[in-house]
Amino acid sequence: MNFWNDPINFIANWLTGLLTGWGLAAGLATVLVYLVGITVLIVFAMLLDIGLVWVERKVVARFQDRLGPNRVGPFGLIQPFADIIKLVIKEDITPANADKVIYNIAPVLAATSVIALWAILPLSSRIFGVDLNVALLYLVATGALGTLAIIMGGWASNNKYALLGAFRMVANMVSYEIPMVVTLLIPTILADSMSVIGITEAQRGLWFAVLSPLGAVIFLISAIAELGRSPFDLTEAESELTAGFNVEYSGMKFGWFYASELLHAFTFGGFAAVLFFGGYGGFFGLEKALPWLTNPFIEAAVFIAKAMLGYWVIMWLKYSMPRVRIDHMLAFNWKFLVPLSLVLLAVTATLHKILIVLPGWQYALGMFFSNVVIVAATIEVLRDYGRKQRKAAEELAPQAQL
Amino acid sequence: MTAEQIIFLLTGALILVSALLVVTVRNLLHAALWLVVALFGVAVLYAILQASFLAVVQVVVYIGAIAILFIFAVMLTRREMRDTGPQTRPNWWIAALLGALVLTGLIVIMLAVPGADRTPAALPEGLDTVWALGNALVSPEAYVLPFEVASVLLLAALVGAVYVAGVGKKS
Repeated sequence: MNFWNDPINFIANWLTGLLTGWGLAAGLATVLVYLVGITVLIVFAMLLDIGLVWVERKVVARFQDRLGPNRVGPFGLIQPFADIIKLVIKEDITPANADKVIYNIAPVLAATSVIALWAILPLSSRIFGVDLNVALLYLVATGALGTLAIIMGGWASNNKYALLGAFRMVANMVSYEIPMVVTLLIPTILADSMSVIGITEAQRGLWFAVLSPLGAVIFLISAIAELGRSPFDLTEAESELTAGFNVEYSGMKFGWFYASELLHAFTFGGFAAVLFFGGYGGFFGLEKALPWLTNPFIEAAVFIAKAMLGYWVIMWLKYSMPRVRIDHMLAFNWKFLVPLSLVLLAVTATLHKILIVLPGWQYALGMFFSNVVIVAATIEVLRDYGRKQRKAAEELAPQAQL
Repeated sequence: MTAEQIIFLLTGALILVSALLVVTVRNLLHAALWLVVALFGVAVLYAILQASFLAVVQVVVYIGAIAILFIFAVMLTRREMRDTGPQTRPNWWIAALLGALVLTGLIVIMLAVPGADRTPAALPEGLDTVWALGNALVSPEAYVLPFEVASVLLLAALVGAVYVAGVGKKS
């Protein structure tokens, strides 16, 4: 084992050896090394987050035909640090009659719920926090903590807009959790595993996005809803709720909400990569010819590139779509996404068991075409529904035709 | 004392204190949030016991669904979050007596169980607890019948909820 093949274990072994050499008990040394590891992981995530502020502002500017930050440092690279200094020295206001303790815990909980996700995010086959056998359920569980943070912030602010924003967030999260959980089951079925490492390893030859493109799309939609980003940003709806659940927060407490939102979006880009796009691997068997591709540092770079791409798609949608009205949002979920994802899950589970005996390429083709058939059937049903709706409208108001 | 025991004692104390606060705090929303802390503590206990599936499901179901529903009900139904009435009923001592009896009974039973004071053996290498649990739930020798009965019960509850909440077409 050397540093280039297995950096985390190498450093951990070296540190444990150093600490026990100083006369610490082995158990205590292990606990200390774990604590150091957790701290390093959190610091890495937060440093990346500072970079994401710059990325987000630059990309928004591109989508909106502007330049973005360009004054502080080359390409405005120092801008996030200027933002941080501004946030830190801003006056910290607590509204009158706010529930102070809950008001102060909420931003911390929001950031915690995102950083907790990094525990299971596999940067490479040998650089990851922990390989849980229930990783996908853990993903759902941390989402629940994020919901809780938003309710706490919205309620404790003692502001009607904040409370309305929190209500909408919960309606959003509770409903879009269902298609999300169902699409999380698709990689689980395809890989026969719920651990993120197991799912990534199962995609060495072929990405799950090929076997289940519809699943990848539904996951992306429900992930954006879970993030509360546009077009599902009803929690913040500036034009209706001023700024939604975080309207009363200022300074660094607002900064925590903002930073956790950015990191959350990037993290979900990473999970999309893990679940459907091969994660750190997925070179279609190319790594047998080029063994250097399995180097942990190369894998981590590939993973971050894929996560960035997912994050970029999320930003792309955010800055080009108008906000969905709340009844449309709920109807879209309950009447469209939930039935569609359940049908997809049933078809995937059945076909997977039937086709798994066939050779690899026939299996892949069968899975892919089952998705195509489902999409075609969905479009047909929607067209029929639209036709009926138009007919009903024409019967109601025939003079509108003239 | 091992690190596991220290974590267990801290978690146990946290669960007990927050459970006590659930029933003594006067602000209803605070009570609901203390309930969340208590439920989270139970999830930590499951994690210590290496029951990772139960730990995660505890958070998803109890915090993600039930506690959030509680908080919603509290936020939507009360204008005044403060409960001003007396916090105990006149026959509280019966409940206290029963509680003490159950606690004593539990302690006696636990002390009688052989090996209750030993530390648990580590799980065998390569045992996938989720796989074992999933198999047990659909295996005819294990829990397939209770599992199916529970799903029928939930379906009935779902239909009932739709019927109660639905507008209905009886004119």
